[in-house]
Order: sequence, then C-alpha cells, then structure tokens
Amino acid sequence: MNTSEIRELFPILKQEVNGHPLVYLDSAATSQKPIQVIEALKHYYEWDNANVHRGVHTLGSRATDAYEGARAKVAKFIGASSEQEIIFTRGTTTAINIVASSYAKSVLREGDEIVLTPMEHHSNLIPWQQAAKASGATLKYIPLQPDGSISLADVENTITNRTKIVSVVYISNVLGVVNPIKEIAQIAHKHGAKMMVDGAQSTPHMKVDVQDLDCDFYALSGHKMCGPTGIGALYGKKALLENMEPVEFGGEMIDHVDLYESTWKELPWKFEGGTPIIAGAVGLSAAIDFLQEVGMDNIYKHDIQLTNYAMERMTQIEDLVVYGPTANRAGLVTFNLGDVHPHDVATVLDAEGVAVRAGHHCCQPLMRWLEVSSTARASFYLYNTEADIDRLVLALQKTKEYFGHAIG
Amino acid sequence: MQLDDLYRRVIMDHYKTPRNRGKFESGEAVTIDLNNPTCGDKISLQMQVEDGVVKMAKFTGEGCSISLSSASMMTDAVKGKTIEEALKMADGFSGLMKGEPVEFEYEDIEALSGVNKFPARIKCATLAWNALRKGIEHSQKTDN
Ligand SMILES: Cc1ncc(COP(=O)(O)O)c(C=O)c1O
Repeated sequence: MNTSEIRELFPILKQEVNGHPLVYLDSAATSQKPIQVIEALKHYYEWDNANVHRGVHTLGSRATDAYEGARAKVAKFIGASSEQEIIFTRGTTTAINIVASSYAKSVLREGDEIVLTPMEHHSNLIPWQQAAKASGATLKYIPLQPDGSISLADVENTITNRTKIVSVVYISNVLGVVNPIKEIAQIAHKHGAKMMVDGAQSTPHMKVDVQDLDCDFYALSGHKMCGPTGIGALYGKKALLENMEPVEFGGEMIDHVDLYESTWKELPWKFEGGTPIIAGAVGLSAAIDFLQEVGMDNIYKHDIQLTNYAMERMTQIEDLVVYGPTANRAGLVTFNLGDVHPHDVATVLDAEGVAVRAGHHCCQPLMRWLEVSSTARASFYLYNTEADIDRLVLALQKTKEYFGHAIG
Repeated sequence: MQLDDLYRRVIMDHYKTPRNRGKFESGEAVTIDLNNPTCGDKISLQMQVEDGVVKMAKFTGEGCSISLSSASMMTDAVKGKTIEEALKMADGFSGLMKGEPVEFEYEDIEALSGVNKFPARIKCATLAWNALRKGIEHSQKTDN
C-alpha cells in the first residue's frame, strides 16, 4: 500500500491548519473523502440528478440505476446474499433504530432480555433502552474484562433462553477492541436470540462478511468509510426483514394506497420512505470502489501497523494513560495525559495542526466504567503515516511542557 | 493561533487553585447541576440567595481548565451582588465571548476574553454562567 499516493487523492489533507500541515487523526468520528468520491457527487449532480423509481425519462432511469447500483455494491461489499437485504439509511444510528423499533417491537415481551455491552456507542444503547421500556423487556450487559475486552465465558453467562436480541459493537470507537462477533452470534443463536452488529467502526477498516459472521442485522455508516455523510445501510437477513413492519410511512414505500388502507412495496423499498439520499448512495458506491481498489486487507494491515506504532511511541510518554487492551485492537488510541483535561490537550494539539477528538465519544457509560469524565482519542485511517504519529507525539510533549509551565 | 491568548496565567491560577470550590455544609442553597452533553463536563453550582442578593456561591464539577477557571471566577465575581447585577454580569460575559469589550468589576475575567478566538471552547467558558442564570431563575421562582 502506497500511502503517499493515497494521500494525493485526499485534497483536504494538503492544507495547513494554524500554520502547520494538517495531521488528521479523527477518522473514527468521520473519515476524509478521496477525490473519486467528491467527483462522483459532482458528476451525479451535474449530469444525472433526478428522482428515483418514478420518472420514465432518461435522467430518472440514470439516477435509479446509480442508486440501485450502489445498493448492489454495498451488498457485495459486506457479503450479503441479496440486494434486498440492504436498506439505505442515514447511517448506523438510523439502521439500529429501525431494528429496535420495528423488529424489537414485534418480538419483545415482558420478561424478555436484550443483551448489550457497556462499551456501546449511544447509538447502540438508547434505541434498546427505548425498546425495553416500551415492551417491559430487560437490558443485560456482558461485563468487561479489566482491560476492556469481552470474554466468551461472560457471554455464555449473560445470554439465556429469555434473550431475544444481542447487539454488540464490532470495533469499539473508544477501546479500539475488536469483539469476537462470530462467536457471540453463535452463542446468541444457540439460545434462539438474534444478533445485531454495530459495524460503524469495523466496516471502514476490515473485510466484513455478514454471512460468515452469521449476524442477523448489521449497521454501517458511509461517512466513516470515505463516503459522504447522511448515507449508511442496514443489512438484515431477508426472512427477518420480510416479516418486519416499516418504520417510516409515506411516499416511495407504498404499493397500493386507499383512503383507509394501504400496502407496502417489497424489500428493501418498504423501509425507504420518501426521496432517499441518492447522491449519498452514489458517493458511497464510489467510496467502496476506492476502498476495494486499495484492498480491505491492506487497509487493515496498515491501520494495525499504525496503531501498534502509536501505542509503542505514546506509552513512552510519561504520565500518558492509554485505555483499552494492548492486543487485538484496531485503528485508534484513546488516552489521557496526566491531569491535563482532554479538551486542553486537544486545543494545544490543534494549535500544532494535529486534529484529535476529546470528550466522551458518545460512550458515557463506558467513560464511567473507565472512571474518567472524558478522554482524548487519536484515530487512524489509510491516509495516515508514521510521520503523523511522530507529529502527534511531539505535540503531546509540547502539551506537557506548555501545561507544566503555564501551571507552574 | 496564539495559545497564550487562551491559557493566560490568571486562568491557570484559577484552575490550579479554584476559589469557592466545594459545597455548603448547611443553610439554604439553590443547587443547579448542569452538564455539557457534548463533552461530558459537569458543574454543580450552589448559591445562597437572600433578599435578592447572592450571598455566596460554591461549585464542584469536572471539566477543562477553561470551564473550571470560569466557574472559579464567576462564583467569586457574583458574591455579594444583587440578582440584577449578577444577571448583568452574565450578559457581559456573553458579550465577552463574542469579542465585545465589557466593563467588569472582577478584573480576572478579562483573562477569559481570549476564548472568543477559540470558538470550540466558548461552551466550556459559559457553562458556569449558564448555571448561574438557571440558579437565579430558580431562586426567583421559589421566592414568590
Ligand atoms: C461504534 C459507533 N456506533 C455508532 C456510531 C454512529 O454512527 P452515525 O453517527 O453515523 O449514525 C458511531 C459513530 O460515531 C460509532 O463510532
């Protein structure tokens, strides 16, 4: 993988921020977009823009082909068995909400259990809290090991025959840990439960095969994998989706409409009420082409290499605490620097042109588990280099000095 | 980007040795818990208000140097002020965050004026002042 060639494709990386060449280490929040994706959006709006599934005119069919072509691409990218199993959404959050409100609503009864982990993003937590409240089901959490990882013995102990849904993040956006989804899915299925995967952080970084994982639902966000914001997808096994009621009602999702009764389109369109984000799907399609050209295995290797390098260099900084396991982690390092508040760390780094995230990362329960109110996070992607990490380390040392002096 | 605009000595001093940090052990106090949902910072502000005067204010909480030093300055600044004066200070502080020149009776506040050049950090600085406004609203309600 040639990182310098890849960097050339990302116009945004060529700028200076606060007088320094930009080092972008916040891809876990949102990734940057390569020129191919930007061009695809431009081309779509310049040449093909029309509504989908309606017009008989040429642009209408071009737009429809582009939109449905994107669906086919997503299906193949994550190993779905059919395009009908891919529902376009705004992102991971909407995808999880569809399952929690439609599927969960229909199956959950009082006394049933929903199993999660304490490392879930708010997007994979609050929809289930709501579903539990509405149905009288109980939320149960697979406990975390001291290093933040999950043990299969704990999974075995938490999932029971009353469990209807298990929903777990594949790669944690705070701990960086890669969870054993395939094994968890097996245990869930043994008890007759369905398995949902929050793939917001995994889809950008590794080859995903939903059939191999044997998960029942899988959610992803386009903007974290070089695509535009506002587009994502829900994968669901066909048999499950077929029996689910739509969540949004209106145009596009209907079949026959009467004054008092209506029927729905078939999969996947019954879940896509209203005019969809067509350009977003076009951009996501271009992003998938780009990622596949680089190769998901190459991207994974690169990100692991960078993470290992960052771990090695950052753990040498005195007073720097890294959260999460040392092994089996991917794409990011979450940390705190002595008692300098992460906001202050992020501001000093920003002054050095280094962009990192600071805060609770939409994981408030996990922050409490870590016994901190917030953390800083450096996250990596295919356009980052070891030189970026060197700049981060240098800037962290400056932060220490700065705060040392300013305070002293 | 001049970091020293943000992290003046005065700010660091308030951060390191905050004034009025803690809780009242006894007596009537209005308590306002506020957090900043986007970053997880928290403040718990306690105020003793008597006859329309803020007798004393204390705070506890977690946050960055800017939010904690701002809380330290705010609690110090409003002590002994009438509710009207305190609200006027809160307005003045909002002005300061917009880059407007403001006369303040509490001169350390001037050190926070640099925050207006760091838009991402303005919400850190205003957390304590938002708590103050809420506290005053609350005390006015219970007075009636
Ligand atoms: C693990 C995880 N889940 C869910 C989400 C939510 O994704 P989106 O905001 O695209 O819906 C994110 C993004 O921050 C995430 O990191």
